[in-house]
Amino acid sequence: MENADPLSTTLELISFRIGEQEFCLDIMAVREIRGGAATTPLPHSPEFVLGVINLRGAVLPIIDLKARLGLGKGEPTERSVVIVVRIGSRLVGLLVDAVSEILAAEPNMIQPTPSIGCDTVTRFVRGILTMDGRMVSWIALDEILPVVEEAEAA
Amino acid sequence: MNPMDAIKQTYFQECDELLGDLERGLLSLQDGEGDNETINAVFRAVHSVKGGAGAFGFEALVAFSHVFETALDEMRSGRLDPSPAVVGAMLRAADVVSDLVSAAKGGAVVDEARAAALAAELEALTAGQDAASAAATAAAPAAGEAQGDEWGFAPLKIEIDAPASDGDWLLVLKPAAAMYANGHDAVIFLREIERLGETSVELDAGALPLLDALDPEASYLAWTVRIEGSVEESAIRDILDFVGDDCPFELTREGGAAPEAAAPAAAAADDFDISSLLASIKEPAADAATAAPAAGPAAASAARSDAPQGEGARGGSAAPAATIRVDLERVDRMIDLVGELVINQAMIAQRVTESGIARSSNIAMGLDELEHLTREIQDSVMAIRAQPVRSVFQRMPRLVREIAAATGKQVRLVTEGEGTEVDKTVIERLSDPITHMLRNAVDHGLETPDERIAAGKPAEGTVKMAALHRSGRIVIEVADDGKGINRPRVRDIAVSKGLIAPDAVLSDDEIDNLIFLPGFSTAAAVSNISGRGVGMDVVKRSIQALGGRISISSVPGKGSTFSMSLPLTLAVLDGMVVSVGNHTLVAPLTAIIETLRPKPADMRRLGPTGSVLVVRGAHVPLIDIGMALGWRNTPIDPAGAVTLLVENEGGGRAALVVDDIQGQRQVVIKSLASNYQSVDGVAAATILGDGRVALILDVDAIIERRTAMRPEPTLLAKAS
Repeated sequence: MENADPLSTTLELISFRIGEQEFCLDIMAVREIRGGAATTPLPHSPEFVLGVINLRGAVLPIIDLKARLGLGKGEPTERSVVIVVRIGSRLVGLLVDAVSEILAAEPNMIQPTPSIGCDTVTRFVRGILTMDGRMVSWIALDEILPVVEEAEAA
Repeated sequence: MNPMDAIKQTYFQECDELLGDLERGLLSLQDGEGDNETINAVFRAVHSVKGGAGAFGFEALVAFSHVFETALDEMRSGRLDPSPAVVGAMLRAADVVSDLVSAAKGGAVVDEARAAALAAELEALTAGQDAASAAATAAAPAAGEAQGDEWGFAPLKIEIDAPASDGDWLLVLKPAAAMYANGHDAVIFLREIERLGETSVELDAGALPLLDALDPEASYLAWTVRIEGSVEESAIRDILDFVGDDCPFELTREGGAAPEAAAPAAAAADDFDISSLLASIKEPAADAATAAPAAGPAAASAARSDAPQGEGARGGSAAPAATIRVDLERVDRMIDLVGELVINQAMIAQRVTESGIARSSNIAMGLDELEHLTREIQDSVMAIRAQPVRSVFQRMPRLVREIAAATGKQVRLVTEGEGTEVDKTVIERLSDPITHMLRNAVDHGLETPDERIAAGKPAEGTVKMAALHRSGRIVIEVADDGKGINRPRVRDIAVSKGLIAPDAVLSDDEIDNLIFLPGFSTAAAVSNISGRGVGMDVVKRSIQALGGRISISSVPGKGSTFSMSLPLTLAVLDGMVVSVGNHTLVAPLTAIIETLRPKPADMRRLGPTGSVLVVRGAHVPLIDIGMALGWRNTPIDPAGAVTLLVENEGGGRAALVVDDIQGQRQVVIKSLASNYQSVDGVAAATILGDGRVALILDVDAIIERRTAMRPEPTLLAKAS
């Protein structure tokens, strides 16, 4: 879904900021962007799972993308933003500092992720986009959620 | 979805129901309870499956169900005795039909050898009955083969061509006064008949008296309806059968062509004529060869004609209540909306309370009314989804037969309470645990026939599967009369797997429950039936995920009983809203026995970290919820707090310590797993009146964590 034939189409990406770094997501995966809301924490959860919120009757987990990317704990402020994305069949909120703009990128502008020997980078960054001298990391959503336990195998 | 697919979809849905009817009928025949009506119902089921299959060109299904149907017809006409062996073969044939239907759906692969073997068996049964006439014996299989070959398309051909040459139908209707008195109306029948094809109606008002002699409640009118000849006789009869004797009618074919028309007509009126048709096949050998292929198309038109008729026939044998088929998504959408309504209503109620409006004011009273209505709407919507567990139960006899065959055991499955109703979402998830429990019961529970005889039991083991309602939950029990749990062996295994300490002192009950521990699988006895890589621990977890519980009781030599209880619905729950720290949680009311503010004197320290509460002489472990969920490191002083005395299915009790109780309310259950994953200690989430998410406690999991920690001090330290 996210990877709709990169050879022929111009990609539309939504870019956002976490701390000093810039990231982007395929706009097709984004369902809505909303302000931060008070979360209900979940017990026994990884640190990057802030908790759940009520999104019009659905219970939505909020992931602290800063913590997930290993950039330290994100402090939800009044200006932070939740990007609601669809990952597979799930809707998940990603807490980021601020949303910047929508980028139109040709596939040839995307470079493979340089190997810097960092597991987090190889796991969550699917490519690097250079634009006007800025570097934007394209986030791979597939592994953002914590590993689901095998319970569902039954 | 194109229209053809939609029709096919409907056909498959009907097939599921028909296969259920089929199996049920055969089972009651097996138990010797069936009468002629049962045999008829079984016949109709196979017949209707075949009819639809012909229309869609599922040739293998048509061919097999035809052979099956032929055998059933022999039984229906009394020539084939429903002996256990015969019914057994038919049950296996029903399994094949079910497989073939799945295959037609694009699902399972059919074991063709098995299908062929059964078809041959059925043919032999059919033929065997007429052993007196050698010609018949030869003719019956011949008929089967012929149809097996040229099946699929022939029926349609004859359907279109043959009746066209027939004369028109003449239907004379003379309704009796009783028909009107019962609320029927001749106009409705006339309209229905009109829909079948071209008709012309003549009114016979000759019996109508003058106005002064007219009895307004009597019946004076009669009609003569001419219906085009291509209409099936059964279709006409179906419409009129509905009123029965209240509306006498005569149905005749106009014009000649009587002898030629006989075959299709006979086939159409399937209920009484197929037997004679078969009889005609079994005429002397010289005719057999030609008669057999001819019989194929003729019987096929019967099959076709029965597609609409099957509906009516089924309606007649089951309760004649009017039903509609509704897309499940619409119901789900409505349930979601009602859930939102409940939340919204709660929000308004909360706002009103906050604004300080008196309880006796009009607004508050109007809100009470609204709450009442909301609840009622919710109950009614839930009732739409409630379904009898029959749909799950009826899949099980086949499973048991297969396991029995694979293990060489003799098993009789007894079911009770198939009519017990429960929410559809629960039904869908019952299947796996029940399957597993039955596998266990037959594979591990029951002994082989030799062992049973040696133990002084009948060679045939009994497995009982029962469903019942108990205190707002549905309880499913699977009991066998086998050897019971081998406790020393279970214990040895648990010790060898390091699940318990070698010197642990366990009660019988505790040993039985060891089989639910993760990592416990009676590996020495793993067969490809029970040992599918899924242990009882997974079954238990999947049941718990539904808010259910499972327990086992066992008597050596007498058998074991698994019983699981599940909530009737997965959509709402009565809960107690409590505070823990600055968190708001909901505890399911079903688990709570009582709430109490303990006196300091009733609390005793036990060990380095544990403490117990004395409740009327019994010592109950105290569990601080904040700590159990990892929200605080030191327990709050229970003396200033509230404890909820809770009990799990196994009878294990615990006192959960919370800061305060906010109130009691019905909450809508929202899954955490749909967007996230299940969380230990949390059953689900809900949305409170203020729009925030609150977590629903998984009481069983919390109690269990505590008990499971006991033998392992390191675990204890880690989890607290």
